Amino acid sequence: MNRLSLISLLWLVIRRDLLLAMRRRADVLTTLIFFVMVVSLFPLGVGPEAEMLRKMAGGVLWVAALLSSMLSLPRMFAADHLDGTLEQMMLAPQSLTVMVLGKITAHWMLSGLPLVLIAPVLGLQFDMSVAAILTLMLALLLGTPVLSMIGAVGAALTLGLRGGGVLVSLLVLPLTIPVLIFGAGAVEAVNSGLDAVSNLALLGAFLLFALVFTPFVAAQALRISME
Amino acid sequence: MAINWFKYSAPTNFYALAGKLIPWFAWPAAILFGIGFYIGFFVAPTDAVQSEAYRIIFIHVPASILSMFIYLIMAGYAALGLIFKTRLSAMMASALAPTGALFAFISLWTGALWGKPMWGAWWVWDARLTSEMILLFLYLGFIALQASIEDPRRADRASALLAIVGSVNVPIIYYSVQWWNTLHQGSTIKFSGTSMHVAMQQSMFIMLVACWLYAIAIALARVRSIILEREANTHWVKELGEKA
Repeated sequence: MNRLSLISLLWLVIRRDLLLAMRRRADVLTTLIFFVMVVSLFPLGVGPEAEMLRKMAGGVLWVAALLSSMLSLPRMFAADHLDGTLEQMMLAPQSLTVMVLGKITAHWMLSGLPLVLIAPVLGLQFDMSVAAILTLMLALLLGTPVLSMIGAVGAALTLGLRGGGVLVSLLVLPLTIPVLIFGAGAVEAVNSGLDAVSNLALLGAFLLFALVFTPFVAAQALRISME
Repeated sequence: MAINWFKYSAPTNFYALAGKLIPWFAWPAAILFGIGFYIGFFVAPTDAVQSEAYRIIFIHVPASILSMFIYLIMAGYAALGLIFKTRLSAMMASALAPTGALFAFISLWTGALWGKPMWGAWWVWDARLTSEMILLFLYLGFIALQASIEDPRRADRASALLAIVGSVNVPIIYYSVQWWNTLHQGSTIKFSGTSMHVAMQQSMFIMLVACWLYAIAIALARVRSIILEREANTHWVKELGEKA
């Protein structure tokens, strides 16, 4: 039996999930389109005054990112659960935690990273300053992986339940509120001429904290859901 | 004499024990509620700054304390159930959740009633209010997750994991008034002494104990129903039905 190092296992899972996603590109695109759509609804809802839009842009983009990451969560484990791959992963002698981390990373690359990349365009629509846009991108870059990680726990707990999609949002959204507060706070700080470092540092701390605990907790949750 | 510590971890034995214990918690709770309300409304003096409106703290403070405390107890039971696979622990956790949610709701509701005359707004987006609201959502998530899983064993274990993850929020609520400079006032009672009038202290303390006893009594009553529901197919529940 060939021995797999943890890194190559991680890479294997990521590559597999990305490959699968590339075969079904529509899934990735729908999340992105949803994000753009939700953001575009706000100016229509609250009115097009540039002053107000500039002020609320950070918060709006963050809330939209939160919602669209919720939308893609049920997909994280569902397909593997249906075709039995997940069971094989659990039976494998390799660490389930690392495999879950791989799935989380792939999920982020497909649902979080596109949001980070499209955010500047939407920021321009909201007449944000360049500094604010850069801060927003950095905050999203630090924050969206946390959303995928916390989301993985929720997705694992609700695996195969009826109405799982709504339930996962109910479970995960309260836990993501700190990310929202400090993510939007970073943009707000730049807008009011302050330093965004403390907000970004806290987001970085969340990221590290989540990186240590959530893959393990999500793996445990998968075991509970699959037994 | 050897004591069998685990005797009451069996739902059968605990069902009978809980039945005997309930009056011992329920009656003192009722009496203390009466005393607490009397002191709170008639004995405690009017506050110099907040006039009569401050009297809502006699329910607000105990409810807030218990909403946080019950969450920790619930998460503790959930962890016990997850680690040792004891059925009763998980049942206790699910029996506590509605009471905790109720207290979180009362805390938010009375806070809003107090906030209108004091701050001029029903609700402000302040760290403590927001984190208490998250606590209510966590309770609701726990209840919703448990309700949507058919298999009770999986429901117990899944919601236990959720409860443990959610318990990171409790210290955030507790320290929110210190970490952030918020509108919500800090605690008046400290270990080093207090600026509060004696009658106010007494009333608040009595109300806290009353709420506490109420929470225990109601959780025991609820866990009895849960035990009956879960064990409906067993011999002893059928015998119980025949006796009654």
